[in-house]
Amino acid sequence: MYKSLVIDPAKCTSCLQCELACSFENEGVFNPAKSRIKVFEFEHGLTTIPYTCTQCEEAWCLHACPVEAITVNAQTGAKEVNDSICVGCKVCTIACPFGTVNYNSSTGKVIKCDLCGGDPQCAEVCPTDAIVYVDADWTGYSKMRDSALEAHA
Amino acid sequence: MHHVIVGAGPAGVIAAETLRKKSPNDSITLIGDEPYPAYSRMALPYLMAGDVAEDGTYLRHAENHFESLEINVLNDSVSQVHPADHSISLKDGTGISFDRLLLATGASAIRPPIGGMDSPRVHNCWTLTDAHRILSEVKAGDRVVLLGAGFIGCIVLQALVEMKLELTVIELADRMLARMMDGPGGNMIERWCQAKGVKVRTGTAAKNVVEKNDSLEIELGDGSSIVADHIVCAAGVRSNTGFLEGSGIKTDAGVLVDWNLKTNIDNVFAAGDVAQGPDRSTGEQQVHAIQPTASEHGRVAACQMAGDPMPYGGSLSMNVLNTLGLITSSFGLWDGIDGGDSTRVEDQPHNRYLRLEFRDDVLVGALAIGLTQHVGILRGLVQTGVRLGEWKKRLMSDPSQIMHAYLAKVQGTRA
Repeated sequence: MYKSLVIDPAKCTSCLQCELACSFENEGVFNPAKSRIKVFEFEHGLTTIPYTCTQCEEAWCLHACPVEAITVNAQTGAKEVNDSICVGCKVCTIACPFGTVNYNSSTGKVIKCDLCGGDPQCAEVCPTDAIVYVDADWTGYSKMRDSALEAHA
Repeated sequence: MHHVIVGAGPAGVIAAETLRKKSPNDSITLIGDEPYPAYSRMALPYLMAGDVAEDGTYLRHAENHFESLEINVLNDSVSQVHPADHSISLKDGTGISFDRLLLATGASAIRPPIGGMDSPRVHNCWTLTDAHRILSEVKAGDRVVLLGAGFIGCIVLQALVEMKLELTVIELADRMLARMMDGPGGNMIERWCQAKGVKVRTGTAAKNVVEKNDSLEIELGDGSSIVADHIVCAAGVRSNTGFLEGSGIKTDAGVLVDWNLKTNIDNVFAAGDVAQGPDRSTGEQQVHAIQPTASEHGRVAACQMAGDPMPYGGSLSMNVLNTLGLITSSFGLWDGIDGGDSTRVEDQPHNRYLRLEFRDDVLVGALAIGLTQHVGILRGLVQTGVRLGEWKKRLMSDPSQIMHAYLAKVQGTRA
């Protein structure tokens, strides 16, 4: 059983450490604009929701890629972008109905969550356990995966 | 059980792989008529721009990919289909019998019906052979006229600029990208291209082409003419259905298929650019010659052929495009519906634009320029038809809140 990022918005304080850790781990810069996880604020910050790829079973991005640049990491189950193969066509960015694949204009490639190879830094740095990396099998976490299937029907 | 798949583009390849997964013991034959490993047309502009080598356009990279899946790949072309005999004929007359047949023969580039288009200085830009020919015959600094500024034309445009050509674009419609962008959006793209040194002539057509010395003279509808070294033709594509004549398989613009991608003949299916199947937004049968539709069709058809159907609500018209750095996308019924509501926000100086179209409180279409973050959510909302409730009103006054609306309504989070 793969582990998953499980997010509890009620615990999020919008400190944005997840965005900084993500961009630093993956892009080498502290730049939330290049983070693969994004914290959305509602009601001027009264409610905040961290949001990223759920590595959905349906893998719309992977299926839509015309050059097999997105593959499944057998260890983590993450759908990973191979930069040396990605041509930057962006088809995956419109194919993903969750909006979790983004185009990075400075590299000409797409970026998405790859679970940091099994040690996701967003969960690592989250001070309130709003983001945890746990066995996916647990309590009620199937909503987005289910909606991936509904979206197809 | 023998599955025969005609066409080795994305739809055919994905169908073959899906069938192998679903039906481990069936035999699968994949027939492609191009002299290359299965490749993706989507990737050709990146080959022309020098970003990737030929193998960077291939659909699969592992050596012996198809052999390892026991998919029998034939390099041949199909001349006829005989549904009553459950067989097809190859060009040399050889017959192959099938239990299930998938037609995934794609589309071919068409040329406008004007004089002079048979000159060797006129190029299509649709196949790997076309791309290689352009790369070997068109040199940096050459004067090139690009006929057509639709989706394919604009992708090609990017590659031609990167080849450092002196480029003029001729488009019959009143704006660039007429089928995926409205007036304000099309004009924004045209101004952007002009500012980058590309001459754009919209609302006029090439009427005749004359070869003179070592160049071409292109006469336009407005009476003017342009001299160029080469023409690159991106005037559209047409589904490859010719070989089905007399087969009894019903065709229109493409092969007519139902919600399960079945043709009117039992055990015969169609997928990808050749298929004219239900459009998710309207229910009408349409050809959506786009990569996401090809990949979805391939999977859906294969599941049907394997006897393990997956639910499918039809293909969604959508596109994404990079025109010299300006990113454009379109989804569903972006031109709106009768009695629907429309909202748009336009930032000309920064080349940003977002238009949303609603039926009641459901998003039915969208256009975006300059949006690269979370853009897929527009597809998600159009496709799931989620009711936006009070968020519709908020979006009407601020369309940029689309991601918030999605989180609030689909993820069920409060606010």
